[in-house]
Amino acid sequence: MSSSQNLVKELTCVRCPLGCKVKIEYTDELEVIDVSGNKCPRGREYAIQEISDPHRILVTSIKVKNGKYPLASVKTSEAIPLRLFEEAMSIIEKLEVEAPVKMGDIIIENFLNTGVNLIVTRSIERL
Amino acid sequence: MKYNTDVVVIGGGAAGMAAAYSARENGAKVILLERDEDTGGVLNQCIHNGFGLQYFKKDLTGPEFKEFAKERLKDIDILFGTYVLEIRKDKTIIFVDKRGIHEIQTKALVMATGARERHLNSLPVPGKRITGIFTAGLAQRFINLENLKPGSKAVILGSGDIGLIMARRLTLEGIKVEAVLEIMPYPGGLERNVQQCLKDFGIPLYLSHTVIAVEGDRRLQKVIAAEVDYKWDPIPGTEKEFEVDTLITSVGLIPQIKPADFLEADPGFIVSNTNQTSEDWIFAAGNCTVIFDLVDYVAKEGEKAGKYAALYAKGEYSKGKKVKVRKGENIGILHPSYIDPTQESTLYIRVSKVFDRASIKVEPLGVEVIENEARPPEMVVIKLKPFDENIDEIEVMADELISKLG
Ligand code: SF4
Repeated sequence: MSSSQNLVKELTCVRCPLGCKVKIEYTDELEVIDVSGNKCPRGREYAIQEISDPHRILVTSIKVKNGKYPLASVKTSEAIPLRLFEEAMSIIEKLEVEAPVKMGDIIIENFLNTGVNLIVTRSIERL
Repeated sequence: MKYNTDVVVIGGGAAGMAAAYSARENGAKVILLERDEDTGGVLNQCIHNGFGLQYFKKDLTGPEFKEFAKERLKDIDILFGTYVLEIRKDKTIIFVDKRGIHEIQTKALVMATGARERHLNSLPVPGKRITGIFTAGLAQRFINLENLKPGSKAVILGSGDIGLIMARRLTLEGIKVEAVLEIMPYPGGLERNVQQCLKDFGIPLYLSHTVIAVEGDRRLQKVIAAEVDYKWDPIPGTEKEFEVDTLITSVGLIPQIKPADFLEADPGFIVSNTNQTSEDWIFAAGNCTVIFDLVDYVAKEGEKAGKYAALYAKGEYSKGKKVKVRKGENIGILHPSYIDPTQESTLYIRVSKVFDRASIKVEPLGVEVIENEARPPEMVVIKLKPFDENIDEIEVMADELISKLG
């Protein structure tokens, strides 16, 4: 028997609005013993990632020049590590694009080397 | 100008877009009236993701949900920048726009007017009416659409979803959120939002707390909060002071029922499972009927309202039979209020207290649903098949389910 106690974390899965309460039991070495409470396999993945390196989709907006509206909303096409959010925001703050932009347009490819793109979520027409 | 149509939809948000689409799909000629210059309503400023998983089977942001819904409206007449002045019982809708006053003769109408935010002024908080106090929706509009920064340090009152989402949004924009205050003993929004909006950023949530005073000369300088007892009275000696220049309030939404306030409402339009209001030819859906958790529910309801409005316009659906749906034990919100038993129905339920495991029953239909951790902020949805027309009333109730095995 190992001397250290297993760790247990109760999490709320954020992968979909059901927000399942997921319980994960693991060791100091992040070895997973058990995951329960998830209604689908994505909840298991989520819990495992959560104990080592939580990931989230970053949503924010960027400035648009000559657009019908001054801002276009953007998001990362997939979740990126939460620990990169500050750095990501300091880059996004300085961005400015020229209208028109279309939903799905890539603003930054392979954002912060995550393999994930920063994309536009609202089309803005040119003024 | 005079228009003639089968179905008019008022409001181009999630409910209205879905209603217009489905009324057309069901063979009606549709006119959609939208007050703004774009459809989408509040979806445009809700730039976070988590929308559409049920309705479009995709994880979308608000603006993306809007674009997907708008795609489907290609051949529908949308009149932007319109303001509805009057709805007459002879099925005439009067509205204004830049060109003047117009009239539509219709056969059926869908109200999809959404909700507005309750303001701090409607709460008994003493202090001058200083600047620096915003509703969450207004702050969201400033930050997400207009590129304006409301302040530099904030307290948020109310932990409903909008309050939680604004806590994250402000933090990302470099505005320090000192605290989120919630008068109830549990968070007001979805669990997932507590996790990804507060816990992710280490923002403290004070449950059973409220704002008791605001101080400042012209701009807000200080928010004073206190813990409350079960009657919501502040407990002396528990005061906390926050030196902030911004107070964001997220203290609830009120269904918008104008200009159809002649219809039965409490506080939103009272409707049946076919979205029919107290006036046969008027249907209503979305947050103008009851405040929903998810835009997906709003869109589904809109779609249903559009369908029945189209059927009504074609003479294929008339006055539905009405079976009263009664709130039983531990039910806070129950929607709809009536059921036409010849049609399928979807019940939206909020329990009135927190349950570890709740058994929710619909009697005398013998329907039972078990929910783990039922909480008032999370709607429980139950679908019912058509049932015996001789039933006069159905009742929904919730009970704690105590597991015998412990
Ligand atoms: S476990 Fe699956 S069903 Fe539950 S919240 Fe996560 S993604 Fe949704």
